[in-house]
Amino acid sequence: MDWTFRADQPIYAQLVEKIKQSIISGALLPGSRLAPVRELAMEAGVNPNTMQRALQELEREGLVYSQRTSGRFVTEDDRVIAMQKETLAKERVRAFLASMAELGFDLPSILSLIKEE
Amino acid sequence: MAIMECAALTKRFGAVKALDGVSLAVQPGRVVGLLGPNGSGKTTLIKLANGLLTPTGGELKIMGMKPGSETKALVSYLPDKEYLPEWMNAKQLMDFYGDFYSDFDRERAREMLARLGVDEKRRFKQLSKGTREKVQLILVMSRQAKLYLLDEPIGGVDPATRDFILDTIIRNYNPEAAVVISTHLIADVEQVLDDVIFVREGHVLLQSTVDEIRAREGKSVDQYFREVFKC
Repeated sequence: MDWTFRADQPIYAQLVEKIKQSIISGALLPGSRLAPVRELAMEAGVNPNTMQRALQELEREGLVYSQRTSGRFVTEDDRVIAMQKETLAKERVRAFLASMAELGFDLPSILSLIKEE
Repeated sequence: MAIMECAALTKRFGAVKALDGVSLAVQPGRVVGLLGPNGSGKTTLIKLANGLLTPTGGELKIMGMKPGSETKALVSYLPDKEYLPEWMNAKQLMDFYGDFYSDFDRERAREMLARLGVDEKRRFKQLSKGTREKVQLILVMSRQAKLYLLDEPIGGVDPATRDFILDTIIRNYNPEAAVVISTHLIADVEQVLDDVIFVREGHVLLQSTVDEIRAREGKSVDQYFREVFKC
Protein backbone atom coordinates (compact mmCIF):
# COMPACT_ATOMS: atom_id res chain seq x y z
CA MET A 1 0.00 0.00 0.00
CA ASP A 2 1.13 3.55 -0.67
CA TRP A 3 1.47 5.32 2.67
CA THR A 4 1.96 8.94 1.70
CA PHE A 5 -0.36 11.49 3.22
CA ARG A 6 -1.83 14.76 2.06
CA ALA A 7 -1.63 17.86 4.21
CA ASP A 8 -5.28 18.94 4.04
CA GLN A 9 -6.91 16.16 6.08
CA PRO A 10 -6.40 14.32 9.38
CA ILE A 11 -4.09 11.34 8.93
CA TYR A 12 -6.57 8.87 10.43
CA ALA A 13 -9.16 9.87 7.79
CA GLN A 14 -6.61 9.16 5.03
CA LEU A 15 -5.80 5.79 6.60
CA VAL A 16 -9.52 4.94 6.56
CA GLU A 17 -9.65 5.88 2.88
CA LYS A 18 -6.61 3.79 1.92
CA ILE A 19 -7.67 0.67 3.79
CA LYS A 20 -11.22 1.02 2.53
CA GLN A 21 -9.94 1.20 -1.02
CA SER A 22 -7.89 -1.97 -0.51
CA ILE A 23 -10.99 -3.79 0.72
CA ILE A 24 -13.19 -2.53 -2.11
CA SER A 25 -10.63 -3.35 -4.78
CA GLY A 26 -10.14 -6.84 -3.34
CA ALA A 27 -6.48 -6.28 -2.46
CA LEU A 28 -7.60 -7.19 1.05
CA LEU A 29 -9.88 -10.22 0.69
CA PRO A 30 -13.17 -10.62 2.60
CA GLY A 31 -12.59 -12.53 5.80
CA SER A 32 -8.82 -11.99 5.76
CA ARG A 33 -7.05 -11.11 8.95
CA LEU A 34 -5.48 -7.68 9.42
CA ALA A 35 -2.03 -7.30 10.96
CA PRO A 36 -1.95 -6.08 14.59
CA VAL A 37 -2.31 -2.33 15.14
CA ARG A 38 1.34 -1.75 16.01
CA GLU A 39 2.55 -3.60 12.93
CA LEU A 40 0.20 -1.68 10.65
CA ALA A 41 1.28 1.55 12.34
CA MET A 42 4.94 0.77 11.70
CA GLU A 43 4.26 -0.13 8.10
CA ALA A 44 2.43 3.17 7.54
CA GLY A 45 4.93 5.10 9.67
CA VAL A 46 2.17 6.53 11.85
CA ASN A 47 1.39 6.66 15.52
CA PRO A 48 -0.42 3.51 16.83
CA ASN A 49 -3.23 5.67 18.28
CA THR A 50 -3.89 7.08 14.82
CA MET A 51 -4.03 3.60 13.26
CA GLN A 52 -6.31 2.44 16.08
CA ARG A 53 -8.67 5.32 15.42
CA ALA A 54 -8.78 4.50 11.69
CA LEU A 55 -9.57 0.83 12.37
CA GLN A 56 -12.31 1.80 14.82
CA GLU A 57 -13.83 4.01 12.14
CA LEU A 58 -13.74 1.09 9.65
CA GLU A 59 -15.41 -1.08 12.31
CA ARG A 60 -18.12 1.51 12.76
CA GLU A 61 -18.74 1.42 9.00
CA GLY A 62 -18.98 -2.37 9.10
CA LEU A 63 -16.00 -3.02 6.81
CA VAL A 64 -13.91 -4.56 9.55
CA TYR A 65 -14.81 -6.50 12.67
CA SER A 66 -12.78 -7.56 15.65
CA GLN A 67 -12.76 -10.82 17.51
CA ARG A 68 -11.65 -10.44 21.08
CA THR A 69 -8.87 -12.98 21.02
CA SER A 70 -7.86 -13.44 17.42
CA GLY A 71 -7.68 -9.90 16.04
CA ARG A 72 -9.33 -7.87 13.32
CA PHE A 73 -10.80 -9.20 10.08
CA VAL A 74 -12.19 -7.81 6.85
CA THR A 75 -15.96 -8.27 6.71
CA GLU A 76 -17.33 -11.30 4.84
CA ASP A 77 -20.53 -9.45 4.05
CA ASP A 78 -20.43 -8.76 0.28
CA ARG A 79 -23.37 -6.35 0.53
CA VAL A 80 -21.50 -4.04 2.90
CA ILE A 81 -18.51 -4.00 0.56
CA ALA A 82 -20.74 -3.43 -2.49
CA MET A 83 -22.49 -0.56 -0.72
CA GLN A 84 -19.21 1.09 0.22
CA LYS A 85 -18.01 0.62 -3.32
CA GLU A 86 -21.05 2.39 -4.68
CA THR A 87 -20.75 5.23 -2.16
CA LEU A 88 -17.11 5.75 -3.06
CA ALA A 89 -17.87 5.60 -6.81
CA LYS A 90 -20.61 8.23 -6.42
CA GLU A 91 -18.28 10.48 -4.43
CA ARG A 92 -15.68 10.28 -7.18
CA VAL A 93 -18.22 10.95 -9.92
CA ARG A 94 -19.47 14.00 -8.03
CA ALA A 95 -15.93 15.28 -7.59
CA PHE A 96 -15.28 14.71 -11.31
CA LEU A 97 -18.45 16.54 -12.31
CA ALA A 98 -17.57 19.45 -10.02
CA SER A 99 -14.09 19.76 -11.53
CA MET A 100 -15.52 19.62 -15.07
CA ALA A 101 -18.06 22.29 -14.14
CA GLU A 102 -15.13 24.48 -13.07
CA LEU A 103 -13.78 24.11 -16.60
CA GLY A 104 -17.17 25.23 -17.95
CA PHE A 105 -18.57 21.90 -19.21
CA ASP A 106 -22.25 21.05 -18.81
CA LEU A 107 -23.59 17.53 -18.41
CA PRO A 108 -24.36 16.78 -22.13
CA SER A 109 -20.90 17.89 -23.23
CA ILE A 110 -19.27 15.83 -20.46
CA LEU A 111 -21.28 12.78 -21.56
CA SER A 112 -20.24 13.19 -25.17
CA LEU A 113 -16.61 13.52 -24.11
CA ILE A 114 -16.89 10.28 -22.13
CA LYS A 115 -18.39 8.51 -25.17
CA GLU A 116 -15.50 9.72 -27.33
CA GLU A 117 -13.04 8.21 -24.88
CA MET B 1 -3.08 10.82 36.28
CA ALA B 2 -1.07 13.03 33.95
CA ILE B 3 2.48 11.81 33.39
CA MET B 4 3.79 15.36 33.43
CA GLU B 5 2.03 18.49 34.56
CA CYS B 6 3.15 22.12 34.73
CA ALA B 7 1.32 24.97 36.43
CA ALA B 8 2.42 28.59 35.97
CA LEU B 9 5.95 27.31 35.50
CA THR B 10 8.52 30.08 35.21
CA LYS B 11 12.28 29.96 34.71
CA ARG B 12 14.50 33.02 34.64
CA PHE B 13 18.15 33.25 33.76
CA GLY B 14 19.06 36.64 35.20
CA ALA B 15 16.88 39.15 33.41
CA VAL B 16 15.82 36.66 30.73
CA LYS B 17 12.57 34.76 31.15
CA ALA B 18 13.16 31.44 29.38
CA LEU B 19 9.74 30.18 30.49
CA ASP B 20 6.94 32.44 31.60
CA GLY B 21 3.83 30.98 33.24
CA VAL B 22 3.70 27.68 31.35
CA SER B 23 0.77 25.39 32.15
CA LEU B 24 0.31 22.08 30.35
CA ALA B 25 -0.33 18.38 30.88
CA VAL B 26 0.99 15.29 29.12
CA GLN B 27 -1.24 12.21 29.35
CA PRO B 28 -0.22 8.53 29.22
CA GLY B 29 -0.19 6.82 25.83
CA ARG B 30 0.46 10.05 23.94
CA VAL B 31 3.30 11.05 21.66
CA VAL B 32 3.63 14.80 22.05
CA GLY B 33 5.53 17.25 19.86
CA LEU B 34 7.04 20.19 21.72
CA LEU B 35 7.36 22.62 18.85
CA GLY B 36 8.88 26.05 18.64
CA PRO B 37 11.68 27.98 16.99
CA ASN B 38 15.16 28.01 18.49
CA GLY B 39 15.26 29.86 21.79
CA SER B 40 11.56 29.39 22.56
CA GLY B 41 12.17 27.49 25.81
CA LYS B 42 11.88 23.85 24.70
CA THR B 43 15.18 22.68 26.14
CA THR B 44 14.62 24.65 29.35
CA LEU B 45 11.28 22.88 29.85
CA ILE B 46 12.87 19.48 29.27
CA LYS B 47 15.73 20.25 31.67
CA LEU B 48 13.24 21.33 34.34
CA ALA B 49 11.37 18.04 33.87
CA ASN B 50 14.66 16.21 34.41
CA GLY B 51 15.56 18.13 37.53
CA LEU B 52 18.65 19.54 35.80
CA LEU B 53 17.27 23.01 36.45
CA THR B 54 14.98 24.23 39.22
CA PRO B 55 11.99 26.49 38.58
CA THR B 56 12.03 30.17 39.49
CA GLY B 57 8.26 30.00 40.04
CA GLY B 58 5.26 27.73 39.62
CA GLU B 59 5.56 23.96 39.60
CA LEU B 60 6.26 20.93 37.49
CA LYS B 61 5.32 17.39 38.50
CA ILE B 62 6.12 13.98 37.08
CA MET B 63 3.50 11.42 38.12
CA GLY B 64 2.52 13.81 40.91
CA MET B 65 6.09 14.22 42.23
CA LYS B 66 8.57 17.06 42.04
CA PRO B 67 11.62 16.17 39.93
CA GLY B 68 14.16 14.31 42.04
CA SER B 69 15.72 10.88 42.38
CA GLU B 70 12.30 9.16 42.32
CA THR B 71 11.27 10.81 39.09
CA LYS B 72 14.65 10.14 37.47
CA ALA B 73 13.78 6.47 37.72
CA LEU B 74 10.66 7.20 35.65
CA VAL B 75 12.08 9.58 33.05
CA SER B 76 14.29 8.56 30.14
CA TYR B 77 16.07 11.56 28.67
CA LEU B 78 17.81 12.06 25.33
CA PRO B 79 19.85 15.29 25.55
CA ASP B 80 20.33 17.46 22.49
CA LYS B 81 24.06 16.69 22.45
CA GLU B 82 26.23 13.62 22.71
CA TYR B 83 26.60 12.58 26.33
CA LEU B 84 28.01 9.04 26.34
CA PRO B 85 31.63 8.18 27.21
CA GLU B 86 33.31 7.93 23.79
CA TRP B 87 35.76 5.21 24.72
CA MET B 88 33.05 2.68 25.55
CA ASN B 89 31.84 0.10 23.04
CA ALA B 90 28.17 -0.80 22.64
CA LYS B 91 28.43 -3.68 25.11
CA GLN B 92 29.98 -1.42 27.76
CA LEU B 93 27.35 1.22 27.09
CA MET B 94 24.65 -1.36 27.79
CA ASP B 95 26.40 -2.31 31.05
CA PHE B 96 26.59 1.39 31.90
CA TYR B 97 22.88 1.89 31.30
CA GLY B 98 22.01 -1.32 33.13
CA ASP B 99 24.00 -0.13 36.18
CA PHE B 100 22.30 3.24 36.26
CA TYR B 101 18.73 2.23 35.48
CA SER B 102 16.92 -0.79 36.89
CA ASP B 103 14.28 -0.48 34.13
CA PHE B 104 16.85 -0.90 31.32
CA ASP B 105 15.81 -3.75 29.02
CA ARG B 106 19.08 -5.14 27.70
CA GLU B 107 17.46 -7.63 25.35
CA ARG B 108 15.48 -4.88 23.69
CA ALA B 109 18.62 -2.78 23.26
CA ARG B 110 20.59 -5.71 21.83
CA GLU B 111 17.86 -6.50 19.37
CA MET B 112 17.69 -2.90 18.14
CA LEU B 113 21.48 -2.59 17.92
CA ALA B 114 21.57 -5.79 15.88
CA ARG B 115 18.89 -4.44 13.56
CA LEU B 116 21.02 -1.35 13.13
CA GLY B 117 24.03 -3.56 12.40
CA VAL B 118 26.20 -2.13 15.18
CA ASP B 119 29.15 -4.29 16.16
CA GLU B 120 29.05 -4.45 19.98
CA LYS B 121 32.84 -4.28 20.13
CA ARG B 122 33.29 -1.01 18.25
CA ARG B 123 33.95 2.01 20.40
CA PHE B 124 31.38 4.78 20.40
CA LYS B 125 33.84 7.29 18.94
CA GLN B 126 34.57 5.00 15.97
CA LEU B 127 30.93 5.11 14.86
CA SER B 128 29.61 7.63 12.35
CA LYS B 129 27.71 10.62 13.69
CA GLY B 130 24.37 9.24 12.47
CA THR B 131 25.02 5.85 14.05
CA ARG B 132 26.03 7.48 17.35
CA GLU B 133 22.73 9.35 17.39
CA LYS B 134 20.86 6.11 16.73
CA VAL B 135 22.76 4.26 19.48
CA GLN B 136 21.90 7.02 21.98
CA LEU B 137 18.24 6.82 21.04
CA ILE B 138 18.24 3.02 21.30
CA LEU B 139 19.63 3.18 24.85
CA VAL B 140 17.07 5.80 25.87
CA MET B 141 14.14 3.90 24.32
CA SER B 142 15.25 0.59 25.86
CA ARG B 143 14.27 1.76 29.32
CA GLN B 144 10.78 0.85 30.50
CA ALA B 145 10.18 4.44 31.53
CA LYS B 146 6.95 6.37 32.05
CA LEU B 147 8.16 9.47 30.27
CA TYR B 148 10.61 9.73 27.38
CA LEU B 149 11.99 13.20 26.81
CA LEU B 150 13.71 13.45 23.44
CA ASP B 151 15.40 16.79 22.87
CA GLU B 152 15.88 17.40 19.12
CA PRO B 153 16.32 13.71 18.19
CA ILE B 154 16.21 14.44 14.46
CA GLY B 155 18.21 17.65 14.21
CA GLY B 156 20.48 17.30 11.21
CA VAL B 157 20.09 13.58 10.45
CA ASP B 158 19.64 12.09 6.98
CA PRO B 159 16.21 10.76 5.89
CA ALA B 160 17.14 7.11 6.50
CA THR B 161 18.26 7.93 10.05
CA ARG B 162 15.09 9.91 10.58
CA ASP B 163 13.00 6.91 9.49
CA PHE B 164 14.95 4.66 11.84
CA ILE B 165 14.33 7.06 14.72
CA LEU B 166 10.60 7.35 14.04
CA ASP B 167 10.32 3.60 13.58
CA THR B 168 12.09 3.06 16.92
CA ILE B 169 9.66 5.40 18.64
CA ILE B 170 6.61 3.60 17.18
CA ARG B 171 8.09 0.15 17.84
CA ASN B 172 8.57 0.95 21.52
CA TYR B 173 5.18 2.58 21.97
CA ASN B 174 3.72 1.83 25.38
CA PRO B 175 0.14 2.91 26.19
CA GLU B 176 1.12 3.61 29.80
CA ALA B 177 4.01 5.90 28.94
CA ALA B 178 4.28 9.25 27.19
CA VAL B 179 6.87 10.48 24.70
CA VAL B 180 7.74 14.16 24.35
CA ILE B 181 9.73 15.09 21.25
CA SER B 182 11.12 18.60 21.00
CA THR B 183 11.87 19.80 17.49
CA HIS B 184 11.52 22.61 15.01
CA LEU B 185 11.43 20.13 12.08
CA ILE B 186 7.72 19.40 12.25
CA ALA B 187 7.14 17.86 8.83
CA ASP B 188 9.56 15.08 9.79
CA VAL B 189 7.70 13.97 12.91
CA GLU B 190 4.11 14.99 12.29
CA GLN B 191 2.93 11.48 11.35
CA VAL B 192 3.94 9.96 14.67
CA LEU B 193 2.50 12.67 16.92
CA ASP B 194 -0.80 12.59 18.80
CA ASP B 195 -0.58 16.07 20.28
CA VAL B 196 1.38 19.22 19.73
CA ILE B 197 2.40 22.04 22.03
CA PHE B 198 3.49 25.27 20.33
CA VAL B 199 5.88 27.38 22.39
CA ARG B 200 7.12 30.86 21.63
CA GLU B 201 9.31 33.11 23.76
CA GLY B 202 8.61 31.09 26.88
CA HIS B 203 4.83 30.92 26.44
CA VAL B 204 2.55 28.07 25.40
CA LEU B 205 0.69 29.33 22.35
CA LEU B 206 -1.42 26.26 21.79
CA GLN B 207 -1.93 22.68 22.93
CA SER B 208 -4.00 20.54 20.57
CA THR B 209 -4.22 17.17 18.85
CA VAL B 210 -2.73 16.84 15.37
CA ASP B 211 -6.07 15.60 13.99
CA GLU B 212 -7.90 18.64 15.38
CA ILE B 213 -5.53 21.06 13.68
CA ARG B 214 -5.69 19.21 10.36
CA ALA B 215 -9.50 18.94 10.48
CA ARG B 216 -10.05 22.55 11.57
CA GLU B 217 -7.42 24.27 9.45
CA GLY B 218 -7.44 21.96 6.42
CA LYS B 219 -3.65 21.95 6.48
CA SER B 220 -0.80 20.06 8.08
CA VAL B 221 0.58 21.04 11.47
CA ASP B 222 3.80 21.96 9.65
CA GLN B 223 1.99 24.43 7.38
CA TYR B 224 -0.04 25.79 10.30
CA PHE B 225 3.12 26.23 12.39
CA ARG B 226 4.78 28.22 9.61
CA GLU B 227 1.77 30.53 9.55
CA VAL B 228 1.63 31.02 13.29
CA PHE B 229 5.36 31.65 13.55
CA LYS B 230 5.77 33.76 10.42
CA CYS B 231 8.12 36.65 11.07
